Amino acid sequence: MSADSGYNFAYLDEQTKRMIRRALLKAVAVPGYQVPFASREMPLPYGWGTGGIQVTAAVLGPEDTLKVIDQGADDTTNAVSIRRFFARTAGVATTTRTIEASVIQTRHRIPETPLTEDQILVYQVPIPEPLRWLEPREAETRALHALGDYGVMQVELYEDIAIHGKIKRAYDYPVEVAGRYLTSPSPIPKFDNPKLSDCPALQLFGAGREKRIYAIPPYTAVRSLDFEDHPFAVDHPGHPCAICGDTDSFLDEIVIDDAGGRIFVCSDTDHCRERQEGQAHENAA
Amino acid sequence: MKMPPDAILSARDLCFDYGNGQGVRRVSFDLWPGDVLGIVGESGSGKTTLLKLLGGLLAPSGGSLSYRETSGEVLDLLALPEARRRHLARTELGFVHQNPRDGLRLAVTAGGNVGERLMATGSRHYGRIRQSALDWLTRVEIDGARIDERPTEFSGGMQQRLQIARNLVSGPRLVLMDEPTGGLDVSVQARLLDLLRSLVADLGLSVVIVTHDLGVARLLADRLMVMQGGRVIEEGLTDQVLDDPREPYTQLLVSSVLAA
Amino acid sequence: MYVAVKGGEAAIDAAHAWLAEERRGDPSVAELGLDQIREQLGLAVDRVMAEASLHDPDLAALALKQAQGDVIEAVFLLRAYRTTLPRLAASLPVDTAKMAVERRISATFKDLPGGQILGPTYDYTHRLLDFALAAEGGEVPAAPKAKPGEGAMPRVLELLAGEGLMEREAPPEDETGPVPDLTREPLSFPAGRPLRLQAMARGDEGFLLALGYSTQRGYGRNHPFAGEIRQGEVSVEVEVPELGFAIDIGDIVLTECQSVNQFKGDATRPAQFTRGYGLVFGRGERKAMAMALVDRALRAEELGEAVQGPAQDEEFVLSHADNVEASGFVQHLKLPHYVDFQAELQLVRALRAKALKEAAE
Repeated sequence: MSADSGYNFAYLDEQTKRMIRRALLKAVAVPGYQVPFASREMPLPYGWGTGGIQVTAAVLGPEDTLKVIDQGADDTTNAVSIRRFFARTAGVATTTRTIEASVIQTRHRIPETPLTEDQILVYQVPIPEPLRWLEPREAETRALHALGDYGVMQVELYEDIAIHGKIKRAYDYPVEVAGRYLTSPSPIPKFDNPKLSDCPALQLFGAGREKRIYAIPPYTAVRSLDFEDHPFAVDHPGHPCAICGDTDSFLDEIVIDDAGGRIFVCSDTDHCRERQEGQAHENAA
Repeated sequence: MKMPPDAILSARDLCFDYGNGQGVRRVSFDLWPGDVLGIVGESGSGKTTLLKLLGGLLAPSGGSLSYRETSGEVLDLLALPEARRRHLARTELGFVHQNPRDGLRLAVTAGGNVGERLMATGSRHYGRIRQSALDWLTRVEIDGARIDERPTEFSGGMQQRLQIARNLVSGPRLVLMDEPTGGLDVSVQARLLDLLRSLVADLGLSVVIVTHDLGVARLLADRLMVMQGGRVIEEGLTDQVLDDPREPYTQLLVSSVLAA
Repeated sequence: MYVAVKGGEAAIDAAHAWLAEERRGDPSVAELGLDQIREQLGLAVDRVMAEASLHDPDLAALALKQAQGDVIEAVFLLRAYRTTLPRLAASLPVDTAKMAVERRISATFKDLPGGQILGPTYDYTHRLLDFALAAEGGEVPAAPKAKPGEGAMPRVLELLAGEGLMEREAPPEDETGPVPDLTREPLSFPAGRPLRLQAMARGDEGFLLALGYSTQRGYGRNHPFAGEIRQGEVSVEVEVPELGFAIDIGDIVLTECQSVNQFKGDATRPAQFTRGYGLVFGRGERKAMAMALVDRALRAEELGEAVQGPAQDEEFVLSHADNVEASGFVQHLKLPHYVDFQAELQLVRALRAKALKEAAE
């Protein structure tokens, strides 16, 4: 029984957790393959992280330390709401520090701090099907995956280069996992794509409304789709963070007045805080 | 099924029933490398249905269909696993629809349409894909400057030539064509026929072409099969069938062409 | 300024407190009791129960109170509760032929065994605001009601089926096999009729109404007649393995609609009428009728009809019928997307810079 009596530990009943764990095992065994699972109705709305929450609930134990981020930040409203949900229903320790967390639930970002083998990163996924915009029918997209028939996605990228001179996907940039399945990395900026590959942490993806779970096991090769003569490249914003001065992290743009004034600050609030603390320490010494 | 040693495609007793009495009844034939086989008949005679059976767009209710790959291996097309069938359909086979809109991606540029087969079979070099697309646009007499336009901006004749380029880019050995000149103006038809004839000859393609237009059949086909009520009622060399038809039905078909 | 962009726990707590205050409204007005909602807003309670797939009028009333009368929010509350409940047993199929009928009408026959029973319906009310209802304390005189039918009330479609004019429902392949449960297994396509009916029974009334309507306007036309609509109580029975027989665990009100549709026949089947089926909790008659129309439309492929309208497209209908899913995903656009937007901003700026540079050259 949990901190908030009346519900099971981490809200879901044990039978449901077992069902989700079976789906997770299959997902880990077939990297990048979308495993259908019997997504439950959660007390949070669909589209607000119900898939991620169910995956987190299924892997969370009493000894775990949980971090929840949305857009890279721990203090965005939905991150706060989900962190409170687990603090309330599971009574687990929570943290905002990436290095302290054993389970990190995220929406739209991968932390800047490199992850370790002792960590699990749980992604909230709105549309798990990378082919959905090219083919609305589930029956057909499943056939395309089964046959590894991905020419239509490559045509899409060809079109971008032909018309715009470059691949026009800034986030949710499609990847190929372990040389087999075409997979959506969820709407992370393509800036984060290189972190997906060969990552020591287990990466789990949950889509509640669409009822799909998939995974990238530790140290799995993840390739962002591209052309040999137009290789995948990350765009750097070209500004340092206005607070910590980092030039290598993904930045949020903050409009500060109505005259076009703006500053750029780290989207990963924990990363920014660590750098600030490090600088304060150096200055003191 | 036994397949003649040098045939590329062999059909035996192919059947299909729409449930209203129409369909295809026990059609058999062999196709040879470089052979152009015309199928003629009135609408409702089963010729387009037969082509769909050959192209895997419909599943026959009976009969067999064999194809000899480049490697010499004989494939049972009706029992081929889906993955293998799709691969074959975008490498060694081509299908030219009567309406080019059925065979093109209308939201994709001309270059993307031509390049799709290359990308679907593993090409990952943008420059080379684009060069192939340009070469093929030129071969089908489409101005290379229009490579980044969508087919919706093309005339009917250009759309049809684009569909042909999209099929030929992978170097297919067997191309199925359903009334490829249907729905086009007479002058446009003549130019397309010329183009088709030289492409077929240059590439040494094996072709099955369905047409109701005996003029098209005479110009393109080496041999003809005449269909009526789902059956093949007469077959032979094109000139022989058209100039000296044996069956009364064929005689009627031919005379209506002479009258027109 | 930076903190103001990113919300905090305090903001969420304050928002919840404000919401509670809004929900209560003017404290000088008496607070609504759940019994009042249950008894006097019965059709709202019925709809919440139907779309939440949980028959519990008291909890549905609570959900409506908690949601300030927002039906979809109330459905969501009740569904989130439902999902935590243990599954103790599956009932036997309810037998609507044995329904204690309160209302029963057929648009296909003027009279029929058992008769036409109008029941408590809005159908023939004039939609004039009744200002007498604005005054409190009015006594409602008892309505004259016919005695519940003594004789049998056969279902209209069975009368047609007896003559061979109506298709027989194909029995399930495995009569004793488990009934698929949409809330316990992920939906996959093709789904089949049992799952389709289940999805529609809990689907959004407005969505099904619009789709059903679209079939009447030519987007998948199938010539429907309201063969029979019946409403009333049926008993729910559960077989207890220890006892070896079924026991009655209570009565629920259901509304059932069976439509009669044309079918011209094909190579193997002579012309016959076909049916569409709708069944909902409570008195949700509009929903039951819309469901029957869409059920029949979704059988297009099975009956060899051309699939031309969205109502005939199984993936389209089932993927979008659930209002809790739809509401969540539409409203998730309120969540921050500044990372994605920032990435797009960078891209658009880069594309513009490239174009401007090329134009300058």
